[in-house]
Amino acid sequence: MAKILEKRKVRPDVYFFRLSTPEIAKKAKAGQFIILILHEHGERIPISLADINPEDGSVSIMFMTVGKTSTEMATFEVGDEIADVVGPLGNPSHVKNFGKVVLVGGGFGVAPLYPIAKALKAAGNEIVTVMGARNADLLLYEEEMAATSDKVLVTTDDGSKGIKGVVTLALEDELKAGVDLVLAVGAAIMMKFVAKTTEPYNVKTIVSLNPIMVDGTGMCGACRVSIGGETKFGCTDGPEFDGHLVDWDLLMSRQRMYLKEEKEAMERYSCNCVPIS
Amino acid sequence: MADEVKKRPKIIPKQIPMPEQDPIERGKNFNEVALGFTEEQALAEAQRCLGCLKPPCVRGCPVEVPIKDFIILMQEKDFIGAANKIKEKSMLPAVCGRVCPQEDQCEKVCVVGKKFDPVSIGRLERFVADYERQSGTKSKVEMASSTGKKVAIVGSGPSGVTAAGDLAKMGHNVTIFEALHKPGGVLIYGIPEFRLPKSIVASEIDGLKDMGVEIKTNAVIGKLYTVDELMDDFDAVFIGTGAGLPVFMGIEGENLNGVYSANEFLTRTNLMKAYDFPEFDTPIKIGGRVVVIGGGNVAMDSVRTALRLGAKEASIVYRRSHEELPARAEEVHHAKEEGIKFEMLTGPIKIIDNGEGWVKAIECMRMELVEPDDSGRRRPIPIEGSEFQIDCDIVIMAIGTNANPLVPQSTSDLELNKRGYILASEETGATSRPGIFAGGDIVTGSATVILAMGAGRKAANAIHKYLVGEEDEELSGNGDNPVS
Repeated sequence: MAKILEKRKVRPDVYFFRLSTPEIAKKAKAGQFIILILHEHGERIPISLADINPEDGSVSIMFMTVGKTSTEMATFEVGDEIADVVGPLGNPSHVKNFGKVVLVGGGFGVAPLYPIAKALKAAGNEIVTVMGARNADLLLYEEEMAATSDKVLVTTDDGSKGIKGVVTLALEDELKAGVDLVLAVGAAIMMKFVAKTTEPYNVKTIVSLNPIMVDGTGMCGACRVSIGGETKFGCTDGPEFDGHLVDWDLLMSRQRMYLKEEKEAMERYSCNCVPIS
Repeated sequence: MADEVKKRPKIIPKQIPMPEQDPIERGKNFNEVALGFTEEQALAEAQRCLGCLKPPCVRGCPVEVPIKDFIILMQEKDFIGAANKIKEKSMLPAVCGRVCPQEDQCEKVCVVGKKFDPVSIGRLERFVADYERQSGTKSKVEMASSTGKKVAIVGSGPSGVTAAGDLAKMGHNVTIFEALHKPGGVLIYGIPEFRLPKSIVASEIDGLKDMGVEIKTNAVIGKLYTVDELMDDFDAVFIGTGAGLPVFMGIEGENLNGVYSANEFLTRTNLMKAYDFPEFDTPIKIGGRVVVIGGGNVAMDSVRTALRLGAKEASIVYRRSHEELPARAEEVHHAKEEGIKFEMLTGPIKIIDNGEGWVKAIECMRMELVEPDDSGRRRPIPIEGSEFQIDCDIVIMAIGTNANPLVPQSTSDLELNKRGYILASEETGATSRPGIFAGGDIVTGSATVILAMGAGRKAANAIHKYLVGEEDEELSGNGDNPVS
């Protein structure tokens, strides 16, 4: 059981929860994730940590309402309890002084960059954050990222804020100026293009993969990804991998494995949506 | 054999058959296949036991269930007494009666079996355990007075549960750490409902809680706490995490959509109840044709689960022949009755893409058996030019597991073998670190429920000795504890 301590609707389709998880908060490190189950009938959903607060015993998550579980989760209120929260899972981000690090995030995927930025900043790195969205209204976590970055570059597809274009455009300018490490979190397609952009510059590029998972402890193998031609498990070998070695097409194909069922579950939920207490 | 055959009516040569669901009907539901004996049937089968003076069956059991004694109590119609007798040695009688490979253990050495069918020990054990559970009477467990010692058990599968039960009886304060959200390990996520109803597992686990064992779910050791940290808070730790990491063959197409590990397929179905999607949120894919690679119990569980999920055709593909199938004889028999196809002497070489990232077919080669390999079984080799394809939508890999590295790699100075399993004494479960014990699949590699229970039992005894010492043990009067 994990009580919701704070709930914020940060965008019409994106929510922020702070959860009371004292044991996890004490152990979790930047780059790790948790798995949560809403209730007795729930599925196991992996979510990256958007903040870790050992002091008040909480961890935070940010999620977009895309399917049945996330839509249902958005109906949970402060004081409600999430039936099961497991973690911290996955390996923490490798934190040391690399020099100049560019963090790239898209949409609500910026959130997991926040604890990573904090950790890398504390290790003495110069942090440049590149964050993008379709338009200015969809940008998230700008203040938080500004607080932990030496420089924040915003891109919007429509030019309503910052640089008009996609994140790789801003990233490319930084690469030309010289970068020691790039770390990207977000949609697979965005991470794929970040990796493609950095490749010619030969800059080490870490990506945090988000394959479908069940147990998250290496037991089921649902999260198989191909890294440099070798099969790895997203949960126990990852979630971070060398972006230049990832088989992106496989990742994206496997992420779509249950599209039909996800749609069915969502339609059924929308029809007889009964908010659960 | 000096066993004396007492004056009794002539032994019925054949075992009393146990009622089962109709094979065609049961292929469409997840209810238990074997329905269990009626009281009359159980009594008739119990009468077949000779009550040997030196019963070999007891020595054939990895946890030495007092088989003769409980069957004699059954003959006297004291079913509750029989249940209590079994519980002196086994925490999980309703489970063992269903999933133990009795034909290779107790029933294999049954004296009646020399001339006739052996006594159906497993079915009798099941009857007694079910009788007790249904009667609502809880057997009284003799508990030693508290030792004040704390033991952490990592994993709530068969070895952990057995060790926890034994240690609690010996007066220790026991906490189980379970990574999943429900306790039971493989009994919950792996073995299907139709072979082992989950309510039975839950009820046997409740027995542990009644004994004061604390169970912490959602606690992934190696992540939330390390074993090293547990050693700061507890006087001893038992690691029974199971094998866990699914093995894939390394053939082309293995990461296509539609390819599952048996662990994933069974976990989605059993633990997450995907068979009841969308009532439950976890989905599972099932197609017209399902191929399961492997010949063990997990393969049988997977293929029969696929059938129940609605596969039009479900097949086993196994590289050796029928004789070498490692699964329990009863499971193979049930699978055949249900219409499962068996492609024997067949080895997969690649999985074929439908062009959209999904499985279309599996390409195999026929095999022949040559001289035995290290395992003592005849080695299969491919027959040149025998390639052929089986059209299918789903492929399930049930070819075993490797050691899950989470605990071994996060524990300092724990010696492992070259395959990553924990090195532990077969007799005591003692590892290279004092106070840390291990048993079950994380030591032996994939084995059976009862062998893991046996390892949990031995480790519990060793942990008890480690905690109270031989001298103290005598002083505290636990020397002849019935469970030690």
